[in-house]
Amino acid sequence: MAVCVAIIGKDNAPKFFACANPEEELNFQYKVLSSLDIVEEKLNPTVKTSTADLRELYLGMLYSLETHKIYGYVTNTKIKIIIIVDSTNTSLRDNEIKSMFKKIHSEYADVVCNPFYIPGEPITSKSFAMNIKSIMLQA
Amino acid sequence: MTEDTLFELLHSEVVHYALQNDERSNQDEDLSIIEYIGFSVGYRIIERLTKDMSRFKDELDTMKFICTDFWSAVYKKQIDNLRTNHQGVYVLQDNSFRFLTKISNGKQYLEAASKYVAFTCGVIRGSLSNLNISCLVTAEVQNMPSCKFHIQVQRT
Repeated sequence: MAVCVAIIGKDNAPKFFACANPEEELNFQYKVLSSLDIVEEKLNPTVKTSTADLRELYLGMLYSLETHKIYGYVTNTKIKIIIIVDSTNTSLRDNEIKSMFKKIHSEYADVVCNPFYIPGEPITSKSFAMNIKSIMLQA
Repeated sequence: MTEDTLFELLHSEVVHYALQNDERSNQDEDLSIIEYIGFSVGYRIIERLTKDMSRFKDELDTMKFICTDFWSAVYKKQIDNLRTNHQGVYVLQDNSFRFLTKISNGKQYLEAASKYVAFTCGVIRGSLSNLNISCLVTAEVQNMPSCKFHIQVQRT
């Protein structure tokens, strides 16, 4: 299972943040925001650091720390989704992380199509938060 | 088929409703409301349509997506002709534009046509804006069911 999911907007402002353990939230926010630099680097076609396919929305693992691994995903509309998982959790495969991203992206698309949501604002929908929580726990 | 008809009817009602107040005050038509509705629709729907697409290589790649996948999702057909000067101007030509095919072909309603393309201009502008391309979209109708959309990309 993932310990943290974050959705970051076009302008790199956080739109949504969910943590398994609320006490660690600040710590995770810091990790997520510092990983945005790596996302930018991966998206920049002039820097050829990554061998991964640029056309893929899933960016793979951004970096791994002693305790956590951080994965990134950027949509065509430049919305960044970041997932943090525990390093001790070795049962999670790349494919599962990918499908988790896909699910979160679908949820996000649903929120954007909601006429009561104003694009660019932070997401406050309760049902969205619940759905993300259940995606986090599933994997 | 029914939902297609519903969409067309809803669209023509929206046009009618938005221009209702205008007719009373007898001023020039204010299409900006319809254009804004389109913008909002385009901005939201593009998130869903690009969900399973791979990342776009460049601007032209994005325009090709608009002409094929996007157009078939909204108008059930593809754009018939796409032209560009490779400097940020794109012309999309639709030979039988969905909102105009139901209107008589003659010159009689040519003036009214601009009302029925404003929504689409907004949809294109909205979707491109969410894909980080800011642009100006204008439409041109010369012969009734066919319509040209001029997209002018604004570079900063």
